[in-house]
Amino acid sequence: MPKLTIDGMEITVEPGTSILQAAEQLGIEVPRFCYHDKLSVPANCRMCLVEAEKAPKLIASCAMPCADDMNISTKSDRVKAARQGVMEMLLINHPLDCPICDQGGECDLQDQAMAYGYDRSRYEEEKRAVKDKELGPLIKTVMTRCIHCTRCVRFGDEIAGVEEMGVIGRGEHLEIGTYIEQSITSELSGNLIDVCPVGALTSKPYAFTARPWELTKTESIDVLDGVGSNIRIDTRGGAVLRILPRLNEDVNEEWISDKTRFAWDGLKNQRLDRPYIKVNGRHQPATWEEAFTLIAEKIKKADKIGAVSGTLADCEAIIALKDLMDSIGSKQYECRQRVAQFDATVPAGWRFNTTIAGIEQADAILLVGTNPRTEAAIINARIRKTWLANRIKIGVIGPEMDLNYPVKYLGDTPSVLEELAAGKGAFAEVLKNAQNPMVVLGTGMLRRHDGMALQALVRKIAEKYNMVRDDWNGYNMLANSTGVMNGLELGFSGGDIHTILQSDVVYLLGADEMAVSEIGFNSFVIYQGHHGDAGAARADVILPGAAYTEKNATYVNTEGRPQHTRLAVFPPGDAREDWKIIRALSEVMGKTLPYNTLAEVRGRMAQQSPVFEKIGAVIPVEWAAFGKDGKCDPAPFVLPVTDFYQTDPITRASNVMKKCSAAFVQGASDKKAVVNG
Amino acid sequence: MSHAQKRDFEQPASFTFTPESMKEVDAVIAKYPKGYQASAVMPLLWIAQRQHDNWIPEKAMEEIARILDMPKIKVFEVATFYTMYNLAPVGKHHLQFCTTTPCWLRGSGEAVEACEKHLGIKLGETTPDGEFTLTDVECLGACVNAPVVQRNGDEFYEDLTPENVVQLLDDLKAGKKHPHGSQDGARHKSSGVEGATCLHEQAKSAGIKIAGEK
Repeated sequence: MPKLTIDGMEITVEPGTSILQAAEQLGIEVPRFCYHDKLSVPANCRMCLVEAEKAPKLIASCAMPCADDMNISTKSDRVKAARQGVMEMLLINHPLDCPICDQGGECDLQDQAMAYGYDRSRYEEEKRAVKDKELGPLIKTVMTRCIHCTRCVRFGDEIAGVEEMGVIGRGEHLEIGTYIEQSITSELSGNLIDVCPVGALTSKPYAFTARPWELTKTESIDVLDGVGSNIRIDTRGGAVLRILPRLNEDVNEEWISDKTRFAWDGLKNQRLDRPYIKVNGRHQPATWEEAFTLIAEKIKKADKIGAVSGTLADCEAIIALKDLMDSIGSKQYECRQRVAQFDATVPAGWRFNTTIAGIEQADAILLVGTNPRTEAAIINARIRKTWLANRIKIGVIGPEMDLNYPVKYLGDTPSVLEELAAGKGAFAEVLKNAQNPMVVLGTGMLRRHDGMALQALVRKIAEKYNMVRDDWNGYNMLANSTGVMNGLELGFSGGDIHTILQSDVVYLLGADEMAVSEIGFNSFVIYQGHHGDAGAARADVILPGAAYTEKNATYVNTEGRPQHTRLAVFPPGDAREDWKIIRALSEVMGKTLPYNTLAEVRGRMAQQSPVFEKIGAVIPVEWAAFGKDGKCDPAPFVLPVTDFYQTDPITRASNVMKKCSAAFVQGASDKKAVVNG
Repeated sequence: MSHAQKRDFEQPASFTFTPESMKEVDAVIAKYPKGYQASAVMPLLWIAQRQHDNWIPEKAMEEIARILDMPKIKVFEVATFYTMYNLAPVGKHHLQFCTTTPCWLRGSGEAVEACEKHLGIKLGETTPDGEFTLTDVECLGACVNAPVVQRNGDEFYEDLTPENVVQLLDDLKAGKKHPHGSQDGARHKSSGVEGATCLHEQAKSAGIKIAGEK
């Protein structure tokens, strides 16, 4: 362990730590542009120069590992002069357009020019201009502002796995570009905006909207896929203006997917802002009282009552609805909107047991009927990171797809699983020799009617290849929505979806993905949610709820990690927090639920499942037998998510997501169609 | 204007290496260990350029990316970095004048000017008959014989003057043979203009024959 002195302070660090990292551990700020924690180190901006005793020249601290007895100074006159020189160099061609630049106020270049630069320029020569690049509907480019740190190139190569950006030309003519004007096709492309230290890459949907100091920042989590990425919601005057990632090494590191980042404009469109009652086939505005009275009346008369929760339903609302259903004696509730026959009784059977951070320990991965790139882009980035570090073997059972790491396709039918369970097949040897093998099941695979048998089969494979041990659990199911995880953790399952949809009264808690056409013709449908989507269109009564940015709620991610969203803006119009709506309804029905405050609801959740005891943490669950042995249907697996940008009511209401879908999903398939002739 | 932005010409619809070129390509790739074949990108670009009228079309870069199993952008990065590679069509005689300090001090400016005047084009342009393209490049590594011009990436003509460079142009256009190397006439390769001086007497007395002397 090297021991060195930085600015007169002694520190002992892990071998391989760079001087910059060591300085950071001591709380010393070293300015930098090209260095980024999660990316490789090119040492090309020269901003982080420090002086080492006995070294003839200044050292780029980001690339120099600590060694014993170094004596480093980060504040000497030489260092100060060098930084000023570097800063002056970078500003030769950088335009002075801060007043019209979206990065202004949160710009590394601006901040560091203030802190480490000269207060005036000596240059009178003309600045160069660089043509802007077309990077698609999400990223706006002003390439003249680029300082060539190459963070975006490295992000593309290393994290996103799309080697499309590069450094073109040389010297005065050097610029960042793509191969002959291509747009970036990555579901993580929005992170380029964050890694860019200047205003060269900025958010197109957010362009010229606000200055960072005007925004109110609320720390929350994302619920649009099963990952539960940690986010910061920036708001002004009651409107969400943008969403940024928050660091959480266990979940999303510091990346978020484009869906998480850019779907916020969907929060403004097609909102349900007051209760509605259907009269003569048309939705008429109503008061809460009228809506509740009508519902209470219908439920009193009904024989069969069913309830379905949707992809965005929060835990508080689900537990309230479950308690309400139990109190009126109906067990017909379900959180799996599509026919999903798998064992909901054993948590180990439907959780991502390895955990997202745990993927990095894996040395062989088998993906079954899942495309992590579209179902959970952040988890896919973790798989790629692991592949990049260790070149692990990855096998796929399912259709061929566009993954950004090399995989071996083993087939697309359950027969491949049967072979593996018998110890045969191409991938058996790989799993056998692996220390920490893992298997990932997609929910698409379990949407089949033989889901129980498949689940049991994969459990057997997990047990056979020693994936389940005290120190390792390699069995994973990848939930593509938090809503399902919330329902499963709270036991909001066990109903039969066909029976539910044929009930006299159907209560849809933000459920829009099931086959709405299967709802009985005479069923009385209650839709509680925040967007006018498929469910609301069919509903007889609409109760306006709050979206995830508008309530303090709990969501469980695919690992079984409960996290809180926080109220960033108030719900529009008459809309209310979802659990409060159900609580109010219960009173009208004369079945008053026994909780009045958020804390009491959360207490009730903790009673239902121990998972809620520790917010933000994953409590490992016990392994038990799940699934049911049986014969598998030989039909090939089908993927659950075909369009990454259109998965729930919010993304479907978002214009930005629609544009992305047109540009990247439909555009890509059109191109393919042409190629296939 | 950078290479990437030039767009006023047509790109061929396809590119394949000829069997002869392919032999060279295979020989180059064989030099590198397996998995490191991307190192062969520079020779391959050069082979493609020689095969294709002294410039590299987009399809050739895509073909090289395919052969070497590397992203297209990485081939593009290399191709745009070096002035050795032409990404747009050039004349039959591509003359690259060194205009870096030593050549400039020795009169490269005058030599370039003489060419521009004689051909009626500026640096970076091609004559309408497609015979000549003039470009300026950085140091060609022949400072001892400055100023220097390089023809089609292979042949050096050195010790240029406004007079002998025009002669060079005329000979190239007429298809006449024109000697490479120093255009000075009196000088042998890179030896001193006034003949051999250093250790000359000692070499003579030791009976060593001196190149360029009778």
